[in-house]
Amino acid sequence: MEANPAALPPSAASTRAGIRLPGLGVGIGRGYVVMYLSLMVLIPLAALVDESLTSGLGNFWDQVTSPQAVRSLELTMICSLIVVAINAVFGTIIAWILVRDEFPGKAAVNAIIDLPFALPTIVASLTLLALYGNESPFGIDIAFTRAAVVVALLFVTLPFVVRAVQPLLIEMDREMEEAAASLGASGFTVFRRIIFPNLIPGLAAGVALAFARALGEFGSVLIFAGGLPDTQVSSVFIRAQVESGNEPGASAVSMVLLLASLLCLATISLTQRWASRHERSTGGTLVMPMAGEMPADGEREEGDDERA
Amino acid sequence: MSAHSAAARGIGSGRGSRWTLRALGLGFLALLLVAPLVMIFYKSFEDGLMPPLEAITSENGLNALKLSLLMVAIAVPLNTVFGVVCAILLVRHKWKGNALIDAVINLPFALSPVVIGLALYLLYSTNGGWFGPALAEVGIEVLFSVPGMVLASIFVSLPFVVRETVPVLQEIGTEQEQAASTLGANTWQTFWRVTLPAIRWGVAYGVVLTTARVLGEFGAVTIVSGSISGQTETLPLFVSKQFEAFNEPGAYGASIVLALLALSTLLAMNLLKRKEDA
Repeated sequence: MEANPAALPPSAASTRAGIRLPGLGVGIGRGYVVMYLSLMVLIPLAALVDESLTSGLGNFWDQVTSPQAVRSLELTMICSLIVVAINAVFGTIIAWILVRDEFPGKAAVNAIIDLPFALPTIVASLTLLALYGNESPFGIDIAFTRAAVVVALLFVTLPFVVRAVQPLLIEMDREMEEAAASLGASGFTVFRRIIFPNLIPGLAAGVALAFARALGEFGSVLIFAGGLPDTQVSSVFIRAQVESGNEPGASAVSMVLLLASLLCLATISLTQRWASRHERSTGGTLVMPMAGEMPADGEREEGDDERA
Repeated sequence: MSAHSAAARGIGSGRGSRWTLRALGLGFLALLLVAPLVMIFYKSFEDGLMPPLEAITSENGLNALKLSLLMVAIAVPLNTVFGVVCAILLVRHKWKGNALIDAVINLPFALSPVVIGLALYLLYSTNGGWFGPALAEVGIEVLFSVPGMVLASIFVSLPFVVRETVPVLQEIGTEQEQAASTLGANTWQTFWRVTLPAIRWGVAYGVVLTTARVLGEFGAVTIVSGSISGQTETLPLFVSKQFEAFNEPGAYGASIVLALLALSTLLAMNLLKRKEDA
């Protein structure tokens, strides 16, 4: 247990030999991968970019700045910010009790965290409406309001922060905490000065992913919040435009969402590079159980612990 | 371990704050996750077993179920083969294009499903899309039919197998593979006998996530499918259509099937995580 995982050299050997496609195979394999990605992802997105700019930048700008489009983008942005702020706090608390607390049923709680990843969004929307609509058993009726947008987004983005922070808490070296506590630091001071700074890389990645997900969310908002002028998030707006045949409008707003997604991904990538440069753990592969992470040169630290 | 409990006493510490955190965290989960889950079951079986059963065994319900399974049967194998090949290339073959491939693979995670649907819609539109008119001429309909829905399913679920396989490949290292090839195994034999058994739980985890995503996909499919009852309606689309038609039992009948599949997914995820860690 005394081994410091960060001090171990990266398993560089894993890239040196082992299973390799034979000479010609590499070329074929790369060709296949590039073709597949182009056909499935890049060409469709290129068609979207093309359509949004087809009648000129001026028209693109007009579409993006139309009152309805602006309204939906503002609503989406504000709700997503509120949602990630709430998730950052509660996600950290949940990760904390899952790692540092002991209570009966902890394993089940840990398992249910991933429910929003597994449950279809439209089902989530339906059940949230039953729960917090006009037939609410709790007497809470927020259906078709902006609060409904926030609750729906909270549901779908819940796992991101928890799953990003959890591995960092598991790996965290507790000696610093003990030292601080023995020097008389209060619990809150220890959290603020020692624990929190170590959680920042995971928290940032989790928040960025949750934000990206919230910006584009569609299914869970649809039934619960509806597409009223007041509750029309961007993705619902886009579908309405497609249905009414306004493809330039739909693709212009889509372009804004696409750019926002790219920004989120760039943020995650930068955070991780920063973290690895400062030898801060990003929690290995668990940072984003569902999502993108540069295949870091580093290794899974849990594995190293066992080897040490 | 004693050191750990000492630290635990140091921080998060007093009995009061421990209970506060527990109440906040578990209360949040109860309202946001547990209550909705209970509600699906309650609403579905409120009037007994029959209404949801009738809804899902109706002609349109069964067609939706079949179509959802067809999506899984096509999209999951394609993304699995791609995922494993791509992961091997990313981990074992340094190339300057790898960073770009890696970035593109992450895109579907961050993109709105509606944007994905619209991109496919524009590409395959018979009215001015790049591919649509040419395909229509040879008699292939992509939009408002199964091929378009398959493409949408592939797009949204593309990253999972790659993302789950890459770290496992990095972790297993290459010693066993080298041993195999020293003993005279060719690349193919090494892959089937050594590499694949070593990464199988990682791949399986990716396959479970891919399947769940394909089954639940709504936003992208709704744009490209036109949601024609009995023809281009998957289970999630069926739920939405039934809800719009004020047929609650119908919507819940399909929802309960999807919820049970989601719970199976969670179970599979947990079992596979344990295998992976073992």
